[in-house]
Amino acid sequence: MLIIFATIKLQILKKVTRRDVFQAIADPTRRTILNLLIVQSMTPNSLAEHFQSSRQAVSKHVNILVECQLVKQEPQGREIYYHLNTQKMKEVDNWLAPFRKLWEDRFSQLDDVLNNL
Amino acid sequence: MIITKETNIRKDASGKKLIVTRDFDAPVEKVWRAWTESSLLDNWWAPRPWRAQTKSLAFKEGGRWLYAMVGPDGTRMCCRVDFQTIQLQKNFTALSSFCDENGMDTGTAPAMEWKVEFKSAGTATMIMVEISFDSEADLQKIVEMGFKEGFTMALGNLDEILDTELH
Repeated sequence: MLIIFATIKLQILKKVTRRDVFQAIADPTRRTILNLLIVQSMTPNSLAEHFQSSRQAVSKHVNILVECQLVKQEPQGREIYYHLNTQKMKEVDNWLAPFRKLWEDRFSQLDDVLNNL
Repeated sequence: MIITKETNIRKDASGKKLIVTRDFDAPVEKVWRAWTESSLLDNWWAPRPWRAQTKSLAFKEGGRWLYAMVGPDGTRMCCRVDFQTIQLQKNFTALSSFCDENGMDTGTAPAMEWKVEFKSAGTATMIMVEISFDSEADLQKIVEMGFKEGFTMALGNLDEILDTELH
């Protein structure tokens, strides 16, 4: 039912939010990039070595992750390093919260119904 | 059996399924009724301030539950649940989707397949709800909506606080 309210609001929000963490992790390549960055920070070259696609294609995915703030880029000497923004990743963890609230509310109402049966 | 009444939710390994479990301090006969009789369903299915309003319910294999979720401002969202298999007081499976007032699927959100299991433990009952999606992408879409809803709710609360604090 959450979905009901959300469907309506989603249409409004879509106009406002161009990118968010869920769009970021919806793509398998981007998920792989995130998994690689969990282990260590990487340069564009070292990251691209893990993929069969072109450097440009990988770079496009990284840019989306940067835009969503899941990945930060920091220069170190002559190289640019990509880091995982763990703070932003926590937003992904939070996704279960509204579901839990919905089911908790629903089930506590069911408790009441059962008490009166 | 110790009743914790804690609602547990997890995503299974396939990434296409959400699993919700909860214990209830009532025998399976009663819990089953609450899930399958419209007059009882209407009293708990919708999270307040919304309420569920059954249009028709035929709880049998191949039968359908047609209901509306009615908001505090009178907004109506129609839903249909098509029952597939039923094992009395053990489990049932169903397909759930959004529809118009006549029960026609509107395709506004990915369809969900439900399996509800009832496990009797003396005077208590354990419920396990499995919500499956066609693909990880569909689950992701719902997740995205859920996340945004949570976010929007938080913003709504902020509006309320601002309203009461500032006036």
